[in-house]
Amino acid sequence: MHPALSVIIFSTTSGAGYGLLALLGILTPFDALSQDRIFGFAALALALAAITIGLLSSLFHLGHRERAWRALSQWRSSWLSREGVAAVATYLPAGLFGILWVFYGSISPIAGVLAALGAIVTVCCTAMIYRSLKPVPRWHNGWVLPNYLLAALMTGALWLAAVLQFFAPRPAVTLLALVATAATALVKIGYWRFIDGETATSTTASATGLTNSGPVRLFEAPHTSENYLLKEMGFQIARKHAAKLRRIALTLGFGLSFLLSLVALLTSGGLAAAAALLAAPLGMVGIFVERWLFFAEARHAVTLYYGQAAV
Amino acid sequence: MTSLPERPSPKRLGLVIDLDICVGCHACAVNCKEWNAGGVSAPLTDLAPYGVEPDGVWFNRVHTFEVGEGAEGRTVHFPRSCLHCAEPACVTVCPTGASFKRAEDGIVLVDEDLCIGCKLCSWACPYGAREFDEDVGVMKKCTLCVDRIYNETFAPEERVPACVATCPASARHFGDLGDPESDVSKLVAERQGYDLMPEMGYAPTNKYLPPRPRQRSAGCTGAAAALPPAQPAPQGLLGWLDRLLSR
Repeated sequence: MHPALSVIIFSTTSGAGYGLLALLGILTPFDALSQDRIFGFAALALALAAITIGLLSSLFHLGHRERAWRALSQWRSSWLSREGVAAVATYLPAGLFGILWVFYGSISPIAGVLAALGAIVTVCCTAMIYRSLKPVPRWHNGWVLPNYLLAALMTGALWLAAVLQFFAPRPAVTLLALVATAATALVKIGYWRFIDGETATSTTASATGLTNSGPVRLFEAPHTSENYLLKEMGFQIARKHAAKLRRIALTLGFGLSFLLSLVALLTSGGLAAAAALLAAPLGMVGIFVERWLFFAEARHAVTLYYGQAAV
Repeated sequence: MTSLPERPSPKRLGLVIDLDICVGCHACAVNCKEWNAGGVSAPLTDLAPYGVEPDGVWFNRVHTFEVGEGAEGRTVHFPRSCLHCAEPACVTVCPTGASFKRAEDGIVLVDEDLCIGCKLCSWACPYGAREFDEDVGVMKKCTLCVDRIYNETFAPEERVPACVATCPASARHFGDLGDPESDVSKLVAERQGYDLMPEMGYAPTNKYLPPRPRQRSAGCTGAAAALPPAQPAPQGLLGWLDRLLSR
């Protein structure tokens, strides 16, 4: 599948924003974080800015941006529509939570929990868009939903730990970031092992129905140059590049942000702040690379008609 | 509404494609392009049509496969277009209501005025039936020639999709696959017509007829196993020279 930059920026940036929003909405009312108004402003502004930038980026994927509002109408059947509705609906409790906190100094547990719920539902809908697509077996499996949820939790927690360094560092939050990073990396490794070992669900034989006469190979393609189907669904990444990018995501992304979070947890003062502030963007790099690979390594059933033996 | 029709009519219009007969001439694909480039889906944008890498929107493509090994090998031409599935995920994933399945005849269509061009329907289709028109910014697909099959200005025999009308080998058939007594349904039953990728669970309406088993002998024609030599052996001086030179 073609790794469209607009879609990858959307799910990684908004994912981090929703993770941060969910943590703020759940943890603040229980006094697990700072209730400082300026902290509230800084953290919520970061979360909402990330969410909004991501959502705006997703619009660049569309052929008709001015009609994007129509995508809110088919929530009965479409996960993409549900995602849109959940994303827009989350702004209401999130905005209320922020206004009450920043301007009135009052923490509303109801608004906070509703905002967190909206954030979690939105990330679930994003994951389900991919999870529900049967023609892409590398997406249509049980690894995808935990992958998206944990990535949002990991990046949200890393940013929360970073912002808290300027106010009142909380070891519990840094520990959460540490655990979430490890869990995300483990689930990602599990996903990679799964797609490397999976048995094909469809083959050229089942795609053509020529199942009784021996092996089926493409002899002649219908056209001489690439068409929309091949550009969009036939994107292929060389195995050696995929292996290299996996190592980059694991070391530079997950590994380094884990180690830096560990440093932030075990030290204090300037060193801890610097480590936490570096861990967050590195975690984003890791998620960005793994999300790019999530597309680049996914194979679509239509490629069976163009020479791919199995998907 | 991208939910599927709650009470679909038993009528299921579709195509039956005979892989035994298709000669791979691409006439169906070309006539499809010709008709639809001027019909309800117009324009079917072409990008760099005279360039090194021409690209464009087509609803019908003919692939050619090689099946079997060695002496058992054979070439199968395989036309591919929208199958107008009974369970079309391309419709249910659509966030805007642009994609829909008609309750009255099962045809899957796109309302281009509602489409936002998110391309998700093309991801949801395993058969590659939907293509994005870059110039217009919307998704396009086979309409089963709705503007031909119900067109009362046409003679009744011309009210078939453009691909069916043009096939010089009669490898393509159009009809109601929901009616077990229709000609197409009988043909499917007789020839063991099948679904593509049934494992996807999309329940395609269009059916494909498998290539018939290869014939090993001329059998019933009554022809001799080998023909006599075309020319009698030369006689006399030429015969002597022929024998001499043939040594």
